[in-house]
Amino acid sequence: MEEPAGFTMRDVTVTFGGLTALSEVSLTARPRQVLGVIGPNGAGKTTLFNVACGFVTPDSGALTWRGRQLQRLRPHDLAGLGIARTLQGLGLFDRMTVLDNVLVGADHIGRAGFWSGLLGAPRATRDEARLRERALAALDELGVAAYADRSPASLPYALRKKVSLARALVAEPALLLLDEPASGLSDEEMADLGERLRGLTDRMAVMLVEHHMDLVMSVCDDLVVLDFGRVIATGSPADVRDDPAVRAAYLGEAVEAEPSRGKGA
Amino acid sequence: MQQFVNTVLGGLTLGMVYAAFALALVLIWRSTRIVNFAQAPMAMVTTFIALQIIEAGHSYWLGFAAALLAGLVLGAVVERVLIRPVEGKAEINAVILTLGLFIVIHALAAVIFGNRYRSFPAAFGIRGIEVGDTTIALTGFGIFTIVAVLVVMGLLVLLFRFTDVGLRMRAAAFNQEVARLLGVRVGRMLTLGWALASLVGSLAGLLIAGGSLVHPGYMDSVVVYGFVAAVLGGLDSPGGAVVGGLLLGLSLSLVSGYVGSQLVALAALAILMVVLLLRPQGLFAQGRERRV
Repeated sequence: MEEPAGFTMRDVTVTFGGLTALSEVSLTARPRQVLGVIGPNGAGKTTLFNVACGFVTPDSGALTWRGRQLQRLRPHDLAGLGIARTLQGLGLFDRMTVLDNVLVGADHIGRAGFWSGLLGAPRATRDEARLRERALAALDELGVAAYADRSPASLPYALRKKVSLARALVAEPALLLLDEPASGLSDEEMADLGERLRGLTDRMAVMLVEHHMDLVMSVCDDLVVLDFGRVIATGSPADVRDDPAVRAAYLGEAVEAEPSRGKGA
Repeated sequence: MQQFVNTVLGGLTLGMVYAAFALALVLIWRSTRIVNFAQAPMAMVTTFIALQIIEAGHSYWLGFAAALLAGLVLGAVVERVLIRPVEGKAEINAVILTLGLFIVIHALAAVIFGNRYRSFPAAFGIRGIEVGDTTIALTGFGIFTIVAVLVVMGLLVLLFRFTDVGLRMRAAAFNQEVARLLGVRVGRMLTLGWALASLVGSLAGLLIAGGSLVHPGYMDSVVVYGFVAAVLGGLDSPGGAVVGGLLLGLSLSLVSGYVGSQLVALAALAILMVVLLLRPQGLFAQGRERRV
């Protein structure tokens, strides 16, 4: 299979009023790799993700995906482009079942036409059965298929995170944007997540915003370090860990705390 | 006893119409957090369209269908043209816009259709059904009213529960940003939501009008009752709107039958106040209370 070029940002600048949230940020998320975006609070990580998924339009700079420039990126176009994102707040629809949540994510893959869907045409019914199977398979892969008929609100946090990941994965995206997937997880759950993320790279590119340095260092192939909206370092986890600018930005906190853990997964 | 039965039957029939109207308000509230006060004059206009068609010599059913279709289109147009530009800003802007629309449609209708009472035909008899040797207050048209509202509600449930479009509409109503990320074209879903709401509102308009008099203001009190019913049900819950509508219809009918018909509007407001004071989240809403 031909390797499609990944996702790039070139010289992306975003200002809110007088505040510069991102300043000439460039990065590349390559297929089959995990790109980690790290930085202290307020460094612009979330803004960067919001640009990547079309919530925020940059003042200047360019985005490309699979070698094509993304002109005006609108969030609802993403799914069709093969890009999925999870949210820090998970954003599960609490008043739908877990299965329906995932079905919304699966929806655009084999969607029947609007009118045939509305009228329940046979083709639409067939499509729906197929989507249902895929949604269940996605839940099963993450070990939460047993909760398909429950409301996400009734599940413990770690399971809800899995549901939101299943929802992002069900459409088989080529680029997965993960916003703090490890927050609120126990050590065990985090190790499990790390393995899972490594497992995803044979299918897709992954871009990860994360605070937990253990996870970042063990899972990522490449890192981009942001501070005050600027890229202060890029490279492999080992390079970044030894970078003086990074040490200064973090004041020696998390990066140095666990220097011995290499690639675990 | 007979008076009680008649009062209850009348209340249920009226309650069905309030339920339909409340449902129209809830459909829009759920997806956009806007109370569409213009729902009343919109339903009035579509009813007048039906009346024009019927008075031109066509069948009642052609007028009926045309009014529902006009409601669908009018809802979509109002959302696309007027509401969309203020989407994403404070909801109060859109609510004030619907109030403005209320006045504008009223004025236009008075100019176009005339500011006078006109009688609107009913599809079925409006005389009570005879049971044995007594006549009960359930009319043919009353039965039609109940059936029509139930059918429309059933179709909406099917749409929302069992179709792909319904799933996307629910997703868009619950969380627009997330829905967008998942590829849902939220704008289209909102337009469709307004169109459906307006269709249900039009149905309520036709049912209230049947066998009675219409003029440009005939729906104005219904928007108040529909709103009270929707608040009773929690504003967020379609099922709640239906139960709220029935409860309100029943209560108002009892007030009208046993206390005095001049107190009906007052009773509706009293119910609204009691609900807002004691159970602002409505009788059936799950979760937090709403700003009303």
